[in-house]
Amino acid sequence: MEQIHWVRHRWQQLVAAESGQGRYSAPDAVPTKSSPKLHNAQLTGKRRTVIARHGPYQHEYDSVSKGCQGNGIRTTKYSLLSFIPMNLFQQFHRVANLYFLFLVMLNWVPVVEAFQKEITMIPLVVVLIVIAIKDALEDYRRYYKSDKIANGRICEVYSKKQQTYVDQRWQDVRVGDFVRLSCNEIIPADMLLLYSSDLHGVCYIETANLDGETNLKQRQVVRDLPQGSELTPENFHSRIECENPNNDLSRFRGYMEHPSNARVGLHNDNLLLRSCTIRNTETIIGIVVYAGHETKAMKNNSGPRYKRSKLERRMNMDILWSVVLLVIMCLTAAIGHGLWLRNLEEASFLIPDTTSPALAGFYLFWTMIIVLQVLIPVSLYVSIEIVKLGQIFFIQNDVDFYNEYLDSRIQCRALNITEDLGQIQYVFSDKTGTLTENKMVFRRCTIAGVEYPHEENARRLEVYKQEEDEAMGRSHTLKSRASAKSLSCKSLSCNRSSVSLHTLTGHSEGEGEETPSPTLPRHSAFSSPMEKDVVPDPFLVQKLNCLSSPLFLLMDASMELTYIVDFFMALAICNTVVVSSPNQPRHVSRTPLKSLEDIKMLFQRFSLPRFSTLSPPHTTESTRSFTGRLFARGKPATFTPSEEDKIVQLNPGAWNELIYEAESPDEAALVHAARAYHCTLRGHSLERLLVELPGMGSLAVHLLHILPFDSTRKRMSVVVRHPLTKQVVVYTKGADSVIMDLAESPKGAEQSESRQGHIREQTQKHLDNYAREGLRTLCIAKRVQTSTEYEVWLKRHAFAETSIENREELLLESAQRLETNLTLLGATGIVDRLQEEVPETIEALQRAGVKVWVLTGDKQETAINIACACKLLRSTDHLLTANCGSKEACKALLLELRAEMECGEAAEGTSGFTLVVDGRTLEFALQEDLKGDFLELSRCCRAVICCRSTPLQKSQVVRLVQDQLQVMTLAIGDGANDVSMIQVADVGIGISGQEGMQAVMSSDFAISRFKHLRKLLLVHGHWCYTRLANMILYFFYKNVMYVNLLFWYQFFCGFSGSVMTNSWVLIFFNLLFTSVPPLLYGILDKDVSADTLIKLPELYKSGQNSKAYLTSTFWLTMLDAIYQSLVCFFVPYFAYAGSDADMLSFGSPINASSLLIILLHQVIESRTLTWLHALLLMGSALFYFSFTLVFSVVCVTCSPPNNPLGVDKLQMSQPLFYGVCALTTMLALLPRFLFQALHNSICPSDTVKAALMDKLNPDDYCKRMQRWNQTQAQSKTRSLVINVEDSDIKVPDPDFRLPSELKEGSATTGSLLS
Amino acid sequence: MSQQDQKDHQGQQQPEPLPVHTTTIQKVRIMMKEELETTNRPDNTAFTQQRLPAWQPMLSAGIVIPGFVLIGLAFIGIGVALFITSQNITVLEKDYTGVETTSDCYKCSNPSDKNCTCKLEFSLSTLFEGPVFFYYGLSNYFQSQRSYGASKDEYQLSGDLDYFKTPISACSPYQYDANQNPIVPCGSLANSMFNDTFKLYQIVNGTKKLVPFDGKGIAWWTDYNIKYRNPSVTPLKNAFNGTVKPSFWSKPAYELDTSDPSNNGFVNQDFLVWMRRAALPDFRKLYRRITEGDYARGLPAGNYSLEIAYNYPVLSFGGRKKVVFSNVSWMGGKNQFLGIAYLVVGSLCVVMSMVMLIVYAKFKFPEDD
Repeated sequence: MEQIHWVRHRWQQLVAAESGQGRYSAPDAVPTKSSPKLHNAQLTGKRRTVIARHGPYQHEYDSVSKGCQGNGIRTTKYSLLSFIPMNLFQQFHRVANLYFLFLVMLNWVPVVEAFQKEITMIPLVVVLIVIAIKDALEDYRRYYKSDKIANGRICEVYSKKQQTYVDQRWQDVRVGDFVRLSCNEIIPADMLLLYSSDLHGVCYIETANLDGETNLKQRQVVRDLPQGSELTPENFHSRIECENPNNDLSRFRGYMEHPSNARVGLHNDNLLLRSCTIRNTETIIGIVVYAGHETKAMKNNSGPRYKRSKLERRMNMDILWSVVLLVIMCLTAAIGHGLWLRNLEEASFLIPDTTSPALAGFYLFWTMIIVLQVLIPVSLYVSIEIVKLGQIFFIQNDVDFYNEYLDSRIQCRALNITEDLGQIQYVFSDKTGTLTENKMVFRRCTIAGVEYPHEENARRLEVYKQEEDEAMGRSHTLKSRASAKSLSCKSLSCNRSSVSLHTLTGHSEGEGEETPSPTLPRHSAFSSPMEKDVVPDPFLVQKLNCLSSPLFLLMDASMELTYIVDFFMALAICNTVVVSSPNQPRHVSRTPLKSLEDIKMLFQRFSLPRFSTLSPPHTTESTRSFTGRLFARGKPATFTPSEEDKIVQLNPGAWNELIYEAESPDEAALVHAARAYHCTLRGHSLERLLVELPGMGSLAVHLLHILPFDSTRKRMSVVVRHPLTKQVVVYTKGADSVIMDLAESPKGAEQSESRQGHIREQTQKHLDNYAREGLRTLCIAKRVQTSTEYEVWLKRHAFAETSIENREELLLESAQRLETNLTLLGATGIVDRLQEEVPETIEALQRAGVKVWVLTGDKQETAINIACACKLLRSTDHLLTANCGSKEACKALLLELRAEMECGEAAEGTSGFTLVVDGRTLEFALQEDLKGDFLELSRCCRAVICCRSTPLQKSQVVRLVQDQLQVMTLAIGDGANDVSMIQVADVGIGISGQEGMQAVMSSDFAISRFKHLRKLLLVHGHWCYTRLANMILYFFYKNVMYVNLLFWYQFFCGFSGSVMTNSWVLIFFNLLFTSVPPLLYGILDKDVSADTLIKLPELYKSGQNSKAYLTSTFWLTMLDAIYQSLVCFFVPYFAYAGSDADMLSFGSPINASSLLIILLHQVIESRTLTWLHALLLMGSALFYFSFTLVFSVVCVTCSPPNNPLGVDKLQMSQPLFYGVCALTTMLALLPRFLFQALHNSICPSDTVKAALMDKLNPDDYCKRMQRWNQTQAQSKTRSLVINVEDSDIKVPDPDFRLPSELKEGSATTGSLLS
Repeated sequence: MSQQDQKDHQGQQQPEPLPVHTTTIQKVRIMMKEELETTNRPDNTAFTQQRLPAWQPMLSAGIVIPGFVLIGLAFIGIGVALFITSQNITVLEKDYTGVETTSDCYKCSNPSDKNCTCKLEFSLSTLFEGPVFFYYGLSNYFQSQRSYGASKDEYQLSGDLDYFKTPISACSPYQYDANQNPIVPCGSLANSMFNDTFKLYQIVNGTKKLVPFDGKGIAWWTDYNIKYRNPSVTPLKNAFNGTVKPSFWSKPAYELDTSDPSNNGFVNQDFLVWMRRAALPDFRKLYRRITEGDYARGLPAGNYSLEIAYNYPVLSFGGRKKVVFSNVSWMGGKNQFLGIAYLVVGSLCVVMSMVMLIVYAKFKFPEDD
């Protein structure tokens, strides 16, 4: 179902517009386009009412759910009956087909008729049939592979007859049905969760089918419903009011109205989405609210996108030139015919009629348009489409894009911009998750103004990195051993794909490919050992240990200790992490708490002692007793650095290992960090959290609210009732900028205020430090609420929750009301490691002349740090920073920087400029009057980093660069905040990673790692562009060349529109004899090998500068075509001049040699010929000769007036025919051949040089590669100072090891450079 | 496969690499993942990875230069052969339009003059080697014109009697005569058939000796045997009942050749030759061959007189008429162009290969050392 189907957008749009059933609707058009009936029906506004299908209000059911769709889906565009009319209707939306239709009709006008009527129809019919077959196959595949299976799935639906749940097919499920699902079953439609076998009324779903995330998400039963016994649909009196179907996966609004008129708000948390899987829950029951195409999953399935590529826009221009040429030729013929007629008085070969020469000329104009119709390369459109499908096939099948870890390959969602990949000039990249792993690892923290550097932890991370490198090295040596026979650098680098896959999975086992055993299965992505095994800081551990030590009495320390405990408490509970324990199978229902009794007991114990920030001393006794209890269990509670490695074993055996599954990786990292300090989150249910605190054992925390994260607030909060103080406490975690503003000193003791001030000051200092280190920072704060405050807030919050309209705004406001006056506890620094091969990829892109911009929401320091790490920023680079507070300042700054740059250019030692802009400055710079300056500045920079930028700014920047500089842009990102940027850019690339699939859904191509961009652009982009450009040029050439032959003949037939060939052969010439080889040329031609393209990124520049398809190239090609047609016509002309040759005998060698010329021209133009090329070229030639031969034998009275009977048979038996063909072909191809040969040796382009390199033996290849890189390095004007980094660049590929005999050579290179 | 099986299977296969905390569930998941893997991983074949062995035609100097030399030499060889062959062909062309007043046919150039005959005299100094082909030629005559070429009825000409009564409209205005009688053969092409006739005499000792013409098999075999058919009505004349002859014709189709009854109707050789439209406006068409009697070896040296029945008007549109005597070779009639062109192209190839050799030597080799 998730597979890409070759759907073309035009159809999609059409179908969406015309079918009320909304088989296929664009996501943006959701609420308005659902059928109008729905609006007029009893539903008010944008709402839908759902009642139980077999419930008490049966009589009402039909009227209520009239407008709702069934659950059957149809992603196919046609049915058996509608196929022909609909498909035809679709196809005639193309201008090209209309042009054909126009020609067909023109041929029906007797005065201009050129050919037999059926002949002009052939091209149209063939094109229509080819496309129709393609569409039918796609549609059938869609039906067979997805719809049929999906509709035929079985689920349990309540049946009134049998009074129980019976098996039904998915397609028979209706809105209002009660569906019962068991664990691991797939949800058939969007349902409200009414019952869960889980004690806490929750159920877990895995949304992998929907967004690729495999972590569990918690859903909860609609509140205030009877639990315990299973629901009976007959007694379900409630009505559900919810919004109309839409495509927003993260939003669901509505309420349930009980018979008592009580209303319960419904959220996204209550909704089970179609195609998700039930996990960890035995049974659930839900009522269907959206079915079939109205489900959110289907609404989101927008299918492939349709964009027009730069090359195609260019080509359309040239097609216009073809039209101009056609008109000129037809006019020439028309005028010629008029003059010719006027000069003839009376001739026996003239048919006497009264038409004036002028009118006859006018008629002839139209006749000529029919005769020369082929000049407009209509078949080009069909060919391009087929070629792009072929190119996409190869991109999708590239093993290098396969990610073993995720088991995914590249997804091509846009089918027609493959060649744009080869022309990218600007890359706009997101940072988090795109350049980095988005695997967050806790690195260090600051609590109450004291920094805990976690040195050991840093060392640990280094070790992981080393291990990974080693693994890479080891598998590499294995590789080289495996390919011992071909120990050349070339063959080694061929194996790189598999090597990098090994590093990806981080395993280094010898068996390698045979038994791929990813040690880190996908679903535990957030809990790999690296993320889990946080090594605690010894000082912090000491302080924590005070909890259970007598020193705890000290007042000052305990004040700090409360901060520490609260800090870890916040880390542990301020999240939406789902906890599961691996020895409890995920699919079996379980209670997170050991037993309720136990909890109760714990509560009783701790209800008396007061453990609060205000009265720490009171807790001493109880804590002691508790600690004593802990000790009695025989668990050592003192930690020293030497015991670190035992920490894992310190956990009580009964609890075992826990698995945390979080929506965002930061959360998991923080929970793991807290856990390292024995502040362990044990369970997370709807209303309770179970937390284990050091020295206190497990505590159940009553969870009151979760105010989830959103990008406007940039924070999340949990409201809990503190287990010990019973106060309502708000724990907030969020971006430092926001929290620092909200963290105001509590009105109270002066001492605490100064203390808070101190903490803030210190924390800010540490935060700045973290950012410089490239860490992601989060601030943790809390607020204690009085019960009255809380009551007031709760009321308004409840109102916000139940309202349907404006709910978002109300909730936001409500959250903001709560999150004020926070007490700052501390901050954390999280490491987000770079993805593998990111520096290499960026390096390669820059060498390829692509400017890389990083657009990130992170802080400036973090962004610069990451930029350094990924070598976007080099130590020799000159850094220009733009931060300013007002527009005037911004203007001045831009000018100043410009000046700075100019004098910097003169100075030696800088390798380039990098501009760093923050969000505020960017806002000014993007304004109308400053954007010119900004662009001027930024285009001279090698790289630009925009930090603190909003999603909107990201897209604005992309649009600005794209529109103003007229360049091809590519945007790459992984998160929802990159969507707008991805959509704006010429090519949008989504990274399918940890952040869900929103970026992927809106992208043109979806890859799994940033490093794939390198091969995608440098190799596939380059290939696709050159292939397509060459094929288009070839098509123009082919058509002009052939059509001109007919034109030259007009000079010898009185401009009467006569042709010297049989019209069938004429039509088939383009359609059959010369159509397939160009396709192969467009799909398979390869100017430079993939290896060389990767190693020499400079080759990419040819595509950027549109080298393969310049205006001059087009006109040169046209000239060559005209030359060839002149030769092809006039050599036979002189050979047959004055002889008794009849028309068809004259045309026969012309046709044959033009075919040979066209085919051999392709051979000259091809960069590679494989057996497939040979087969098809020879096949085409053979096909032509056999066709004409057979035709000349069997066609007795067919095809008047140019009946070919006997012509070709006779011609092909004469030596003159072959003599003419050989001479013509040779003479026609000579100039192009010479041009190519001389050009390739006198002034070869880089591509040709590289292609020549491919032909060398491995040793020479290595030498030449080095020399190339050397000259490239030297040619860079300012990069005379070559440091160690650069010598790495010499061999950009880490696997590219030189054979031993060449090591010497590389050593000398090094010394030369130094 | 049941879950238990999977676990067992998993356990046997790879117990080690799994981390300590991995549980059975994870094992099952990995197992499932591996199954998926086979479906999602692209095939690693030379074709899908675009690694098919390939040849790069433009980059192999080692092939290009010798190839060029070889082709050049071959072309020069062919050129020499063609040139010599062409040199050996004798052609004698005589214009008899009668534009010049000195010409005997000047008297016939007035179109109002019917049944005019004129003489064309020439002498041969050496033997004109046989078999000699005798052509008539027309200049500035556009048989290739589209509407002219379409103005015929293929079905009528293939002997379909239905089309005798109602010729197709393409023949218009030579479809029906003024009395609405169908014209057979209809159309402009047939109507304009060349109707000059020739008789060749050798002047031997002052007396005229008729050179016998062979008019058999001058049309294409396919035209005579397949494409054009008379209706199977005997006598042929009856088939033409109710039809009229083309207005330009002096005799109906069934009386084209009075000497040979089988050479009448649509299979008349001259008619067939005429109906095969010439490609270019200056063309010749085979009239007769000289293969018989004393002239089987060719036309001996001597004086000849060609008697022309001058009927066909060409002066009105600036056309010319001529007669051509020619013998033929394996490559057709005399054509100097082809031989010279071959020689030129062949030498070009050789010269270019030299140029390329120099260029390669100069620009390519230094880089390799």
